[in-house]
Amino acid sequence: MSGVWAVFYREMLILRSRLGRQLANYAISPLLYIIAFGWGMGRGVSMEGIDYLAYMLPGLMALSSMSRSFSISSEINIARFYWHTFEEFQTAPVAPWSIVLGEVFGGVVRGFLAAGVVGCLALLNGVVLRFGPGLFIGVFLNTFMFASAAVLAAMVVRSHADQSNLTGFVITPMTFLCGTFFSLDKLPGWAAAAIETLPLTHASHFIRASALNQPLPWLSLGVMALYGVAFFCLAVWQVRKASI
Amino acid sequence: MSNAAIEIHDLIKVYGKTRALDGLNLEIDRGEIFGFLGPNGAGKTTTCRVLTTLTKPTSGTARVSGFDVVRQAVQAKSGMGVVAQHTNIDGELSVYANLKLHGMLHNMLDGLREKRIGELLVFVGLADRQKEPARQLSGGLKRRLMIARALLHNPRVLFLDEPTVGLDAQTRRRIWDLIRRSHQAGVTIMLTTHYIEEAEALCHRVGIIDNGKLIALDSPANLLASTGSHVVEEVNGKGRSWFFDSRERATQHAAEIEDTVIIRRANLEDVFIRLTGRKVRP
Repeated sequence: MSGVWAVFYREMLILRSRLGRQLANYAISPLLYIIAFGWGMGRGVSMEGIDYLAYMLPGLMALSSMSRSFSISSEINIARFYWHTFEEFQTAPVAPWSIVLGEVFGGVVRGFLAAGVVGCLALLNGVVLRFGPGLFIGVFLNTFMFASAAVLAAMVVRSHADQSNLTGFVITPMTFLCGTFFSLDKLPGWAAAAIETLPLTHASHFIRASALNQPLPWLSLGVMALYGVAFFCLAVWQVRKASI
Repeated sequence: MSNAAIEIHDLIKVYGKTRALDGLNLEIDRGEIFGFLGPNGAGKTTTCRVLTTLTKPTSGTARVSGFDVVRQAVQAKSGMGVVAQHTNIDGELSVYANLKLHGMLHNMLDGLREKRIGELLVFVGLADRQKEPARQLSGGLKRRLMIARALLHNPRVLFLDEPTVGLDAQTRRRIWDLIRRSHQAGVTIMLTTHYIEEAEALCHRVGIIDNGKLIALDSPANLLASTGSHVVEEVNGKGRSWFFDSRERATQHAAEIEDTVIIRRANLEDVFIRLTGRKVRP
């Protein structure tokens, strides 16, 4: 476990040194979405019988925690190819899984901070979300699977340009499509079925149900867990492949 | 038990159509400072990367401290320190945090780790700068920090890949001093370099590599003896050179040449030129 804590320690030192800027940065996108979709387009609108702002905020929490946990990907990429600091991990006597787990925990912490920022914005907008164990588990699984996907992507992608393509083709579409801002019931059946296969959709379902005190969709929990394990195993395989 | 700290057998590494290592065989004894000399692209860094587990060989075997670097990578890594050719210090962390992170990665106990950090900060002359972000250090100081980091966990073998490249003469001599003192502490050192004077100044034995193959292996003195101790070199004209066993014989030959010549002591660059017809530094 020494490798896990060492990698996590490094991530936390860097996060601490940038914490103020990071938190401000974490607040900007959600705030823009709240202004545009919540105050602007969504005023007076309800979705599935819920005030739109209250409907949207848990989706925003899923979205924001996803994007922040996934953002470690570009940092690992820079550490590998620009600063070469990732070599310090690769030449240390630690197993690949411990490097991945340390990085993933770093991504999970960032994701939780982003979720916390959205929670604070919700409170400021008079929306009280239920911060129970369900929400904690939902955010944890969401951040775990996307932080694992981030490590996988960082080990596969060979340049910053490819990194940006990945975000453009995979992350950005998920941002808008996966039930974060609207109910999938509004979509044609085939489109809804396709989007149901994406991991963020299940994070949105589970986090929304937890935050709004609705019955929990256990299937979504299972899907997130499966995605998380799959991404984690693939990331370990890629880290092992990247060195001996 | 073998006295070899590093054993390389029939090592081949192919990148696409390029054979970076072409059947390399080499043994480096415990307690030795071994220099790996060759021009850019000869295969020095690839050898270093294979030995430090950063690159998988295409075929052949390599062992460090008795451990196979492919099949027993974790055990091999626990006994080696690595100073890469490029600066890979974590600039966002402080000098101290860079060392602490390394100690944690090597599972050092807290007390021992703090003791070694204190010793090594003094050893490399960075004790008064330990709280500074590492990015604020000069190139030479970053290099010293990399050496301190590589020595922190008391490695048996230290890999130094072009440790003084790009550094000024004074800093280079300071790094040489650190290398000698590390060796005195019992560490086996493998040094890759294309600085002739570095290999001559530090190494007990030198291996000369070209196109992925070891083309000479001996002590600097023996390699020089095989070439001749003195060189007569044309300054103008065809730039030809002649090798002699003594200064007297070189002087006699120089007197017979019409063109302007210089007489100088031979160095490992001359050995390389005689073996390959090319210079180490083009």
